[in-house]
Amino acid sequence: MEHYISLILKAIFVENMALAFFLGMCTFLAISKKIEAAAGLGVAVIVVLTITVPVNNLLYNTILREGALEWAGLPNVDLSFLGLLTYIGVIAALIQIMEMVMDKYIPALYAALGVFLPLITVNCAILGASLFMVERDYTFGESVVYGFGAGVGWALAIIALAGIREKLKYSDVPEGLRGLGITFITVGLMSLGFMSFSGISL
Amino acid sequence: MADSSAKQVLFEPIFSNNPIALQILGICSALAVTTSMNVTLVMCAAVIAVTAFSNLAVSLVRTQIPGSIRIIVQMTIIASLVIVVDQLLKAYAYEISKQLSVFVGLIITNCIVMGRAEGFAMKNGPWLSFLDGIGNGLGYSVLLIFVAFFRELLGAGSLFGVSLMPVVNEGGWYIPNGLLLLPPSAFFIIGLAIWGLRVWKPEQVEEPDFKMSRHTVKEAF
Repeated sequence: MEHYISLILKAIFVENMALAFFLGMCTFLAISKKIEAAAGLGVAVIVVLTITVPVNNLLYNTILREGALEWAGLPNVDLSFLGLLTYIGVIAALIQIMEMVMDKYIPALYAALGVFLPLITVNCAILGASLFMVERDYTFGESVVYGFGAGVGWALAIIALAGIREKLKYSDVPEGLRGLGITFITVGLMSLGFMSFSGISL
Repeated sequence: MADSSAKQVLFEPIFSNNPIALQILGICSALAVTTSMNVTLVMCAAVIAVTAFSNLAVSLVRTQIPGSIRIIVQMTIIASLVIVVDQLLKAYAYEISKQLSVFVGLIITNCIVMGRAEGFAMKNGPWLSFLDGIGNGLGYSVLLIFVAFFRELLGAGSLFGVSLMPVVNEGGWYIPNGLLLLPPSAFFIIGLAIWGLRVWKPEQVEEPDFKMSRHTVKEAF
């Protein structure tokens, strides 16, 4: 249990997807002008990450990994080079399915998240989490916790940035720095703040 | 005409319409791989190759793709190209591929590749699309190399791993600025680079959401 708590804290704060690994930056910078939009996107990312990372983990461990096909009588097959194609396929397909299921059963949530779901397919945080999971060799339980933690960390970062940008638009910024430039510097300062978490472990 | 437009397509993205500084594309991987010049150059080469060839391939099949599944087709093309690049790196530059870790795979979701495939290659012929891919790859590389130059020079006192300013720990005079090797510095450098670019080309400056109005009440002097 302690191990999982440590893992989730690490995923949220120490190894924050957005601020320590720069993943999902494009949407991070583009959709952070308003808090409501940022919160919607954040929740969508949490949901998608919590589902896709464990699914990819199962696929990797039962089919792709070297020697994983032993149950099918093929002990020498190593399909791990197909990993990238599989993960992105799984992510794209799962997002489509989620969209349809949500449209049918939870229309209120669909209306709130609808616009953001297709955007998430190309969000590097989603693919990045799957790749980190493979690189660090997480078990199934760890991958569930990691996926959820990484999502919460990303959501936390984008909501915080949106809060800062909402205040920032009333300030008098030098001309060339307006918009994107000042946003980069703000994110840099936030990232510096998050670095104070590094070294924390339970 | 054809000649000048090809040139325009190739060179415009480098400064005038830079994918990172203006189109907010492909920032994700731009930041994490810029701590040393060697790694950065390999990453740039990989991105240029993938962008150019994916544009070429998408443009070749653009009339055959049904609109509703085009995203999946593009994804498959891009992912296959990235797998080729990844395997090549593992075979010939294993050390660097270890340092790049997941970021080679993340070229798939690099918005530059998708964005150009969707925005340019779907509407233009193969040759122009190929050039557009190279141009946007170069625009990405210019900014990345700029960032990496400062990070490695000031952060470690070296370029391409060759020590230019001997650091104090090894008996030299330069006290390295450790902050530049940490993630936040990349944001500051890109922010400042955008500032510089926009001072040079003022037409890229964004409109403010709110304008400060002038003081209308005279203070009592």
